[in-house]
Amino acid sequence: MGIQNRATSTAAFSRRGAGVGGYNKYLGYLLLAPALSVVALVAFYPYLRTLWMSFHDISLIFRTNEWVGLRNYAQLLRDASYLNALRNTMVFTLSTVALETLLGLVMAMVMHAGYRGRGVVRAAVLVPWAIPTVVTSMMWSWIYNVDYGILNYLLGRLGLLSGPANWLGEPRLAMVAAIIADVWKTTPFIAIILLAGLQGISQDLYEAATIDGAGARARFFSITLPLLVPTGLIAVLLRLLDAFRVFALIFVLTNGGPADATEVLSTYAYKVLFSTTDFGYGSAIATSMFLYVLVIAAVFVLFLRPHLAEVE
Amino acid sequence: MQAEVPSNAIGHRAVRREVRHVSARLKPLVGQLMFHFLVTAVVAWCILPFVWIILSSVKVPRELTALPPILPTRLTWENYARVFEDRPFERYIINSVIVAGSTTLFNLALGSLAAYALARLRIRGKLIILGLVLAISMFPEISIVSSLYVMLRNLKLLNTYSALVFPYSTFAMPLTIWVLTSFFRQIPKDLEEAALVDGCTPVQAMARIIMPLAAPGLFTTAILVFINAWNEFLFALTFTSTIERQTVPVGIAFLPVLFHVPWGSISAASVVVTIPLVVLVLIFQRRIISGLTAGAVKG
Repeated sequence: MGIQNRATSTAAFSRRGAGVGGYNKYLGYLLLAPALSVVALVAFYPYLRTLWMSFHDISLIFRTNEWVGLRNYAQLLRDASYLNALRNTMVFTLSTVALETLLGLVMAMVMHAGYRGRGVVRAAVLVPWAIPTVVTSMMWSWIYNVDYGILNYLLGRLGLLSGPANWLGEPRLAMVAAIIADVWKTTPFIAIILLAGLQGISQDLYEAATIDGAGARARFFSITLPLLVPTGLIAVLLRLLDAFRVFALIFVLTNGGPADATEVLSTYAYKVLFSTTDFGYGSAIATSMFLYVLVIAAVFVLFLRPHLAEVE
Repeated sequence: MQAEVPSNAIGHRAVRREVRHVSARLKPLVGQLMFHFLVTAVVAWCILPFVWIILSSVKVPRELTALPPILPTRLTWENYARVFEDRPFERYIINSVIVAGSTTLFNLALGSLAAYALARLRIRGKLIILGLVLAISMFPEISIVSSLYVMLRNLKLLNTYSALVFPYSTFAMPLTIWVLTSFFRQIPKDLEEAALVDGCTPVQAMARIIMPLAAPGLFTTAILVFINAWNEFLFALTFTSTIERQTVPVGIAFLPVLFHVPWGSISAASVVVTIPLVVLVLIFQRRIISGLTAGAVKG
C-alpha cells in the first residue's frame, strides 16, 4: 500500500516534468537485476573462482585439491614455456594492432569518401569480420600450403621466392603467417570504428581549412588525425585486449607450433588446463592474463581521460 | 601567308593553354586513379581470400592440387556432397542454429530490460555498471574457462546446449546492453513522456512506445549477437565433447585433425557455414556498421 502510494505520488510528480525517471525508484534496479545476475553468475563469480583455484594444487585426474598459496605463481616465473608464450603474445599483439591501425585508417578513409558503389565497398570490408575465426584459420592454412598454396605460387611468380616457403612449418614464418591472418580478419573492426570517428568530424572544419589554403595533406594532419585520436584510442584499446587473448586463430592455424614459436598465453593455458588437467597452475596462468589485461586497460584509461575530456 | 602568322601564334598559345589546362585536369585525374586503385586494393584484400576458398570448394581433386593453381575448368558439387555424406555435418549446423538462436533470444530478452533502465530510468552508478559490463566482455575468456568447466561439470551440464548458451552471455550480454542502451537513448524522450501524461505506466510505455520504435536497434543487436555466438570457439571446444552438441567452428576445426578430410571438403564446409553470415552482412551492412559503432564510440 505504502509503495503504491509513493508510486502514484511520484507519477504525479513526473507529470509535472520530473521526467520518466521519477516514476518508481526501484523499477530501474528491477529491470537491471536479471541481466546483471546472469553476468555475475557466468562472469564475475567464475573470475573469483579461478583466482581461488590458482592458490590450489588441483588435478582433475588425481582428484587432488590442496592449498599451496602462491606456489603456482612462483612456478610461473621459472616456467620457460610460460615466458615464451608471454613473449609471443606480446609480439603478436603489438604487431597485429600496429598493422591493423594503419591499414584500418586507410580502409576507413576509403569507406568514408563519397563515390558511387561505396555501399559495396563497405559490405566487402565487413566480409572478413563476419567470417568465423576458425574458417579464417582454415582458409589461410590452405593459402599458406607449402605445395599447393596460392601464396607460394604468386610469390614465386613475382620472383620474390626462390623456393616454396614453409609458412606454417618454420618458426619465424609461422608467427608472420599468424599475424597476417589476424590482420586480415580484424582490420575491418578497427576500420569501422575509425569510420564512425571520421563521420563525427564536422565538414565545416575542412571547408574553413580549404578557404585558408590548407592542402589535402595539411587537412589530414591538422584536422583528421588529431580529431580521430579519441576514437582511435578506444579502437586500439579494444583491439589490444582482443589480440592479447587470441585463441581460436592460433589453435587452428598452428596449435602453437612449430616448436612453440606461435604458442600464446591462451593456447598455453588451455593445454595446461585440458591436456595435463593441472587446474591449479592453469588457473594461475589464466589469472596472470587477467592481471595483464587490467594493466593494459588502466594505462589506456589514463591516456584516454584527457582526450575524452577534450572532446566534451 | 599573312593570315597564317597570327593564326599560328594563336595556335601556340592555344596549345600552351591546352597543356596547362590538361595538366591541371590531369593532377586530380592521377589522384582519382590512385584512389580507385586503393579502393580496388582494399576490396580485393578483403574478399579475395574468401573467393579463393569458394573456388577451391568447386574444384575437382586433380585441379585442387594442380600446379600452377588455376581457375577450375569444370565445376563440381562433389566436395559439398561429401561433407554431408561422409559425416553428419548438418548436425553441427543444427546445433549452431539452436545455440546461437537461444543465446540471441535469451540475451535480448534480459538485455533490453537492462538497457532501457540504463538509458531512461534513474539509477545510481550508471557509469560504473556500464563500465563493469564492458570490462567483463574485454577480459580473456580463458580466465574463466577452468572455473566454468568445473561449475558445469558439478551441475552435470557438460555437453548440453545450456553449457554454451549461458556462458555465451559473458560476451553477448555486454554487447546487447551497450548497443541497445545507445539505441534507446536516440529515441526522443517526448514520446514516452506524452504516454506517461496520458496515464501509461513506464512498463506500458516501454512495451508500447519504446520497443516498437527500438525494433531496428533490437534487430541489429540480434544480428551482432547471433554472429558472435555462431563464431565462438573456445567455450564450444571445451564444454561440448560429442557431435550431438558440438557447433560449427568445432566441427570445422576437427575436420583435418581427426578425419584427414581433403581440402576440397574443408573448403566446401567453410563456405556452407560462412555464406549465411556473408549474406546477412551484405543485406544489413548499414545496420551492422551502426550497431558496431554504437557500442564502441557513442558510449
